[in-house]
Formats: sequence, structure tokens, C-alpha cells
Amino acid sequence: MATSRASALPGFGLTMGYTLAYLGLVVLLPLGALLIRVTSMTWADFGKVAFSDRALAAYRLTFGASFLAASLNAVLGTLLAWVLTRYRFPGRKFLDALVDFPFALPTAVAGLTLANLFSQNGWLGRFLVPLDIRLAYTTGGIVMALTFVSLPFVVRTLQPVLEDFEVELEEAAATLGAGRWRTFRSVVLPALLPALLTGFALAFARAVGEYGSVIFISTNKPYVSEITPQVIMGWLDQFEYASAMAVAVVMLAASFAILVTINLLERWASRFQR
Amino acid sequence: MRRVLIGLAVAFVGVFLLVPLANVFAQAMAKGWPAYQKSLGHPDTLASVRLTLLVSACCVPLNLVFGVIAAWAVAKFQFRGKALLITLIDLPFSVSPVVSGLIYVVMFGAQGVLGPWLDARDIQIIFAMPGIVLATLFVTFPFVARELIPLMEAQGSDAEQAALTLGASGWQTFRHVTLPSVKWGLLYGVILCNARAMGEFGAVSVVSGHISGVTETLPLRIEKLHQEYQAVGAFSAASLLAILALVTLGLKTWLERRQAIEHARGQNDSPSLP
Repeated sequence: MATSRASALPGFGLTMGYTLAYLGLVVLLPLGALLIRVTSMTWADFGKVAFSDRALAAYRLTFGASFLAASLNAVLGTLLAWVLTRYRFPGRKFLDALVDFPFALPTAVAGLTLANLFSQNGWLGRFLVPLDIRLAYTTGGIVMALTFVSLPFVVRTLQPVLEDFEVELEEAAATLGAGRWRTFRSVVLPALLPALLTGFALAFARAVGEYGSVIFISTNKPYVSEITPQVIMGWLDQFEYASAMAVAVVMLAASFAILVTINLLERWASRFQR
Repeated sequence: MRRVLIGLAVAFVGVFLLVPLANVFAQAMAKGWPAYQKSLGHPDTLASVRLTLLVSACCVPLNLVFGVIAAWAVAKFQFRGKALLITLIDLPFSVSPVVSGLIYVVMFGAQGVLGPWLDARDIQIIFAMPGIVLATLFVTFPFVARELIPLMEAQGSDAEQAALTLGASGWQTFRHVTLPSVKWGLLYGVILCNARAMGEFGAVSVVSGHISGVTETLPLRIEKLHQEYQAVGAFSAASLLAILALVTLGLKTWLERRQAIEHARGQNDSPSLP
């Protein structure tokens, strides 16, 4: 199988064999088992669970809240990436390192501390609750938690693009009489768009699958404030494996669709950069 | 304009990232240092720390070995289906944690594919430590490989070919030529892999069974204490994982700087290479 110039190196058969065996055992076999188990269900049974009212309510909440979180991240992430690449100021490196904090912090800790912060007596809640902004144990709280865990994606996809961006283009626009906002909207934003959409899709994908942080800040009520992974958990707790698997397959299909979208977006983005 | 944007970015990161972090420690210390120490000394919390360390000690080496071997096979050779293989290696990142746990329940649970076979031999995987290790193995599967593959691809195989021509064995070539050139990237992958292994919540929650002192990892312990309204206990346990996140972030930043230095040096050196 090995061809051309790299073939002089040894160990292809051995390393490829190990890679495929380990990948098969840890990833493909269990995923395949789930898919095979589900194909033994009838369409009617599958549809009854996968598109039950409870599941549909959870899909709406999951995708809606994830969309809001990804949109928030698109705006705030663009701001952060812009400030981090364009300006030099004391503490910039610290700020830059801190952006990865949501990746490093276990999701259970994020959920625990956010729920506490936004509760009535919390550091932020004591100012927000009197203004009737309730984020602990509400849908708003779910959006907050999802925004937190997916924060780094937009920043990290935009940063390299902004660093390579030719400032001359902006200067040209300014020379031609465009204002700051006009320059940003007509020159910078179109060039950023592919990377911005990629970052948005990555953040969305992360938010859709998120579980740990949400259960701490949500009331977890079926039909009302239950996200899709919780529906799966709920069925599992009742030992209803078939129902859990049906909903899981819908989630897998959704993540697969997002994955394909991200791949297409990345291809588009790389064409823009060349 | 510049000042406003920097101010906004700093304020956002401060409120959204630093305040939640500070809140973890503040809540853990809410009833003073002795209460903090006492809750960390709880036998079930200590047991959860031990289990978390043990699970990470199982998963990180396995995925490290896989990552190195897979990177060798993928980066140093040309073969058909390479892009597909890379996508499959990345696959666990796009699967929701709860689904990641579920697939092992489908494989090894009482109603699972191998359930009756395992039951007859009195082997328990789900609701026991092996299940926790397997679920963690799945979610941390891509970390080392995805860090090494682009790095080793970028470096090509000229140096390895030279070593082989000079009479080095395959293993010697790997040990003395390839490994030193990717060591920082390798360490980077290991640190991220470890952070995720210790902090994983959703996947582990599905397969754990939540038996205090036995199958409860540190993130699950936080959930249990939170449900029992033991705020100081939950936040004390959370503070350990917050420290892990800070250490991870510190090491990550340090390694990125090292890599940048090495990269710059490598570019200066390259003209002198044959």
C-alpha cells in the first residue's frame, strides 16, 4: 500500500495494523454495535421514541439554545479575536491564554459555579435577579452554560485569519473615504466570513452534545427544560435501552451532519485564504 | 475606539471567565479553611480522587501509545483512504459524551451485545471501573494523535531517511530522530488528554452506577454533593479540578511558547541542513 518517496521508512504494516485494530476496538465496534442494535427496531417503534413529544421538545431546546450560544460566541468571539490580534496592551498574553480556560475546566465545575453565580445570592445574581434577569435554573442559564463551554472555538478559528489579513486593504478602504464601520462591514467581514462560520459551526457542535455543565444550571424537567442528552439519560435510568438508543442515533445523525458542514466550510475557508 | 474595544474584551473575559473561577475557591472557603480541609478529607471524596487518578493513569498511556503509532502510520506514508482514517480518528470529538457512554452500555451492559456472555463468566464492566476506563478512553481517544499527525506531516521524512541510510534501525530512527523533534507536541497532547480524562463527566456518568466510594470519579462526586445540598463539599471537590485546569492552562501556554521558540530556531537551522 505504501507508495512513492516515503516508502523507504519501515514499520508501515505494523503501525497501520495496530492503528486499525485499536481504532476498531475502542471506537468503531461500540459505535457499530449501537447502529446494528437500532436497525433491529421497526421504523414505527423507532419513530415513536425518536420523535416523541418529549424528544421533540428536547431537540428544540438543544438546537435552539446551542444556536443562541453559538451566535453569542460569534459576536463576542469576533470582538476577542480582533482585540487579541490587532492591539498590543498590557495583559494581552494573559487574556489570550485565558480564552482556553473553558476547554481546560471540567464541565461539571463550570456548571456548578455558573449556577451558583447567577442564583439569587450569587455574586452576579444579586445584581441581576433584582433586575428580573434570572439565569440560574432557566433557559437563559442553559444558553449561558453552552456559551461558556464553546467560547474558545470562534476566537481560535478567527485569530490566524486576522493575523494574516492584509491591513493595506483596510487602509485602502479608509483612503477611499470609508468610515471605520463601513470598512469593517464591507472589507473585513466578508473576508472573515468563512472562518467565522466554521467557528460558529464548531461552537454549535460542541454545544449540541454538551451535558455536564447544563444539568447543574437547568431544572431538568421533561418537556420544559430537558436537553437531548438528558432524554437519553432518562431512558437509561429506566433501563429502556431501545428508547435511549433511538434518541442517541438521532443525535449521532445530527453530529454527523454538522461534521460534514464543518468540513465543507473549512474547505471553503482555505480556498479564501490562498 | 481602540480603548472601548479593549475595555469590552477585558470586561467580558473578567466577568465570564475569571469571576466563575474565583467563585469556585470563594465558595469552597465559604465556611473557612477547616471546613474546606474537612470536606476534602471525606473518605468518599478521597476515594473519588484516587479513582480519577487511576482512570487517567490507565487511559493516558494507552492513548499516548496509540497516538504515536497512528501518527507514524498516517504522517510518514502515503496510502488510499488517509483522509477517511483521520476523520475516523477524530470521530469521538463529535460524539456527545452521553452517547459515548451509551455505546459501551450497548456493548457490555446486562442487556448488551456481550452482556449474557460476560454475566456467565461473572465479569462486570458496566457500573464498574473497566466501564469508566473504556468510556474515558473513547472521549480522550483523538488528543495525542491529532496533535502529532499534522506536526509529523509537516516535518516530512527526510531526516528519518537520512538516519536509515546511515545504518540506523527503524526503532533507533524513531527514538533518536522522530521523537525528539515532536516531543513538545507530544507533551501538549498528553496534557490535554489528561485534563479531559480527569474532568470527563457525561460519558462516565452513563457507565459509572454512581456508587459512592467505589465507582464515583471526582466530577461525579461533585454532582452527588451538589444534589445533597453540600455546597462547601461540592465546591471543595470542584476546587481540585479548577486547580487541574489552571495547571493545564499554565503548562499549555508554556509549551506553546517552547514550540514557537523551537520553530523559529528550526527555520534558522534549515538552510544548513543537506
